[in-house]
Order: sequence, then C-alpha cells, then structure tokens
Amino acid sequence: MARVIVDVMLKPEILDPQGQAIARALPRLGFSGVSGVRQGKRFELELDGPADEAALSDVRKMAETLLANTVIEDFTIHVEG
Amino acid sequence: MSAARVGVVTFPGTLDDQDAARAVRLAGAEAVPLWHADHDLKGVDAVFLPGGFSYGDYLRCGAISRFSPLMTELIPAAQAGLPVLGTCNGFQILCEAHLLPGALTRNEGLHYICRDQRIRVESTRTAWTADFADGQEIVLPIKHGEGRYVADAATLAALEGEGRVVFRYAGGNPNGSLNDIAGITNEAGNIVGLMPHPEHAVEDLTGAPSVDGRHFFTSILKRLVNA
Repeated sequence: MARVIVDVMLKPEILDPQGQAIARALPRLGFSGVSGVRQGKRFELELDGPADEAALSDVRKMAETLLANTVIEDFTIHVEG
Repeated sequence: MSAARVGVVTFPGTLDDQDAARAVRLAGAEAVPLWHADHDLKGVDAVFLPGGFSYGDYLRCGAISRFSPLMTELIPAAQAGLPVLGTCNGFQILCEAHLLPGALTRNEGLHYICRDQRIRVESTRTAWTADFADGQEIVLPIKHGEGRYVADAATLAALEGEGRVVFRYAGGNPNGSLNDIAGITNEAGNIVGLMPHPEHAVEDLTGAPSVDGRHFFTSILKRLVNA
C-alpha cells in the first residue's frame, strides 16, 4: 500500500482568476505580505501495491489522460511517506 | 427522400438536449436521441453535443464525458468527417476530447454570465455556418461560468491564419476569451464548437433575442442534402 500525490496547477501563462480573487481577499482579512496566489488541485491516490517504477508510470499516464488537461495544466507526482 | 438524421447526445447533467432536438426538428430534420452510455451513433448524419453540466462538471468541464462510451464512437467518426456541433458544455467536451484545440477556463470575472450576446460570424466555410454571411452580426444567448477560450500562441496563430475562428464576441468580451473567440472549427470544417446557444434562438415564441440560431441547422441540412 502506498499513497501517491498528484498536484495539478494551471500553467504559469494561464490566467487564474480564482487565485487572484483569493489574493485580493487576504489583505481584507488582515493578512499582508502575499504578492500572488495560484490555485490548483491535489489528488491522493491509494495504490493497492507499492509505489514502484511501474506503478508510478501508470500514475503518470492517469495524470496525462484524466487528472490534468495538459493543454492548460502541469502536474507533479510524488510518493507520500 | 428521407429526412436528415441529426443525433442529439444526452449525458447525465445535460440540460439543453430538448431544445437542441426541437431546433433540429424545426429545421426539418429528424432528431435522434443518443445516450452517453451506448456505443451506438445509430447511423446519424450529424451530431449535436448540447450544453449543460455533464457529469456535474466534476474534475473539469467535459473531462469525464469525453471518455463516455458514446464519445469513444463519436471521436473517430468526427475525425473521419462526421459533422459535429458542440455548444457550451458541448464545446468544452470537444476541447477535452482534442477534437478542437485549446481549452475553456473560468470566466475572467469569475461570474456566471447569462445574457444575450452579439456575435460576429467570422467563417462561413464550415458545415454549420454556410447559411450565414461572412462578417454578419447575430445575437445568441450565452450562459456559462467557464467560457474563456485559451490556447498557446502557436495554436492561436494557426487558428487565425487558417480562418478557423468561426465566431467572435462583438460589443464587448464577456469572459476574457483570447482574441474575443466565441467559437472555432477544426481543419476540415466539419467540427464546430462555440459557447453561445443557437438552439435557444430558433423561435420567437420562447422570447429568444433572435432566431439567428436557425441558420446553424439550415446550414447542416443543406450540407447533408448536397453530400
């Protein structure tokens, strides 16, 4: 059993109006010192077996196929624990 | 001569399939219901992917619909030349399926927008727009939260250079779409996707802002009859 994390973020050149709205809200709440916010998605995949090379290769395919739209999003994969 | 048969796809969460079917029938074609879970295009001559919130827009708009059994039949058929029109969520599905380039992202202003919108017809060379005049301005309803068209610079340049921007917003860009793009087509011109809703603009009786949407359906019927 292993847990693999896939983080998906809009590519840097893609406008993220949700992140901008969050950034604008922070000063209103009294938080200062944040110059920008980008919002993304985090997927936690529970694997039946170990996070070996084959399993991570499969996760990469899942990310490319479904979890991320690589036209507008980048993803990173890491094993938790 | 038997009537042209236009398939109208229903996914769980589709909203506009009944209006789409009615618009198809008003134009004189037979509307054939297509169900997302069937591996069956029922031999239709063209396909309409209507708007709504297929699969609840879970993950991304159109991301899950794109892998439905019906889409696994539709994608190769469209690549082989079957005329396909996607409006709103249908446009999002076409982009997720890579039948059209680019993607639809959250509106620049974050608001869901529901209003009548002026749109300029930029190309009459597609299967779905031949009955318009180049440069004609029409009015169609828009209703979406994720309609901001984006694509990388090379894709945008190709779309513009090849005349594949089919519709542009006129009188103000409602959602921040790059180059004011409201709709595009593939290289062959058989697949068209747009955010506005022609199927909601076919009858005065419904309080539609125009009946400009009719031309989409008369265009495809002429194409099918002359094919």
